Amino acid sequence: MREPFRIGNAQAFWGDDPDAAARTLAQQPDLDFLTLDYLAEVSLSIMAAQRERNPEAGYARDFVDVVRSLAPFWKNGSKTHVVTNAGGLNPEGCGRACLELLRALDLPALKIAVVTGDDVLEKITEGKASSFPSDETQYVARDRNPPVQFTTANAYLGARGIVEGLQAGAQIVITGRVADPSLMVAPCIAHFEWGFEEYDKLAAATVAGHLLECGTQACGGFSTDWLDLPDPTNIGFPFVEMHEDGTFVITKPPGTGGRVDLRTIKEQLLYEIGDPANYLSPDVTVSLLGISLREVGENRVEVKGAIGSAPPPSYKVSATYRDGFKAHAMITIFGRDATKKARLCGEGILGRLEKSGHTFERSLVECLGAGASIQIHDKSDLLETVLRVSVADKNRASVERFTKEIASLVTWGPQGVTGYSGGRAKVQDVFGYHPCLIDKQLVQEKMILLS
Amino acid sequence: MSLVRLGTLAYARSGDKGSDANIAVFARAETGYAHLRQHLTEGKVQTGFASLGVTDVKRYEVPNLHALNFVLTGVLGEGGSRSLRIDAQGKALGQAILEMQIEALTE
Repeated sequence: MREPFRIGNAQAFWGDDPDAAARTLAQQPDLDFLTLDYLAEVSLSIMAAQRERNPEAGYARDFVDVVRSLAPFWKNGSKTHVVTNAGGLNPEGCGRACLELLRALDLPALKIAVVTGDDVLEKITEGKASSFPSDETQYVARDRNPPVQFTTANAYLGARGIVEGLQAGAQIVITGRVADPSLMVAPCIAHFEWGFEEYDKLAAATVAGHLLECGTQACGGFSTDWLDLPDPTNIGFPFVEMHEDGTFVITKPPGTGGRVDLRTIKEQLLYEIGDPANYLSPDVTVSLLGISLREVGENRVEVKGAIGSAPPPSYKVSATYRDGFKAHAMITIFGRDATKKARLCGEGILGRLEKSGHTFERSLVECLGAGASIQIHDKSDLLETVLRVSVADKNRASVERFTKEIASLVTWGPQGVTGYSGGRAKVQDVFGYHPCLIDKQLVQEKMILLS
Repeated sequence: MSLVRLGTLAYARSGDKGSDANIAVFARAETGYAHLRQHLTEGKVQTGFASLGVTDVKRYEVPNLHALNFVLTGVLGEGGSRSLRIDAQGKALGQAILEMQIEALTE
């Protein structure tokens, strides 16, 4: 019988609070593991652009600073392990940078493992990946001609590589693309010595990982009743107390804001979920329909009953490709008939550009406040609105020209045009997203212990 | 029959998955779940989001959480990274659905 252990999260995405790891460990020193998630659907394409400029880049550099912030804890004897996908496109580069830092900080004994093999760009370019077949996933790619030139293509690996790293004694495991919950599943397998076919247990850990992966969202961040949360600006990051049978309690450190209760946990359970009976991960297929939740103390929710079955035979692949450029420009229109004026201004901008020979593959005029996001109510009688005009095109020069057009509204537009203080809009790269599947046999996962 | 704002009976959470989004709607009281099941239909949700170009709505029942999970096909156009909309990732859809009008719960 293995003792329960504690796994927390301190990073939900690349750009989340960089001080969270050290702060969470100070608040909850007995955490056995911290998991840090850096990769959203298109994060790797941003890393690809960075790597084009510098071959040593291609990972979340912020993670190296996190390691620096944790060094004092390790010096004082902390046993906390870190598992992260911060490696992005270059897990080895990320690992080497951390290793160098640990040496400089006089912590040479800490072992770092990296997991590679998720990069399937070559294989997918050779045509070895299939489009999403509908029997494997509820998300079917629709009428999408596979684009020719992929920038990145990475398979969502499972827990195996991370487990190997932990078994080899690594204190820090750095991966590229892995399924987010696998960051949690792997420590459980390593700690409890679960088998890879104990599907109900893997399902429980996958649910725990799913709850943790968005950080503070499990503690009331992004929740409907956010205004009723205690001390939301001081919100805590969640952690899980996992038991050997797969039952776990999710909670947060003492003294932190937010709330862990049935409402916040239910919301996070169904976040980004399709069919709740078939939540697919590379480790296990999970049904959420048997889950029962129970409040077992203040800010403590017990979760049990996840049902697991064999995982799909394929890995999901996130592939991205360059797809031209875009820009968004915003300006405020104040006064009577604001929405009408704003719409005319937005369409006028696009019309003026067309006259000077600049047309766009896609464009959009939105009047924020008038139902741009929430179109269920028509609010056409606003006294002020933010005009947001967006364009996208393969021709960078036209998008660039668009960014120079919007300011002219200050003089040719209606009285009450204001708030153009943010400066000229920036031209941004557009990355298309192409999800597909690849046979697991075609992917060689590899764990490397750095020294 | 009188109508009320869905937000008085339920709370919600939305998220993106490629070009689709899901909106989970949870009954505030256990007794409200059957009411939501009866009145918050796929057709009603599709009509509510027609202006966003939703082509298909699939509803999954999650009785153990007193929840309905809606998957809105194609609501994000061509995915969060390409979309030009202010809400490219469907983050506002949960708030949007709670503004819909629904039959009041009868005692």
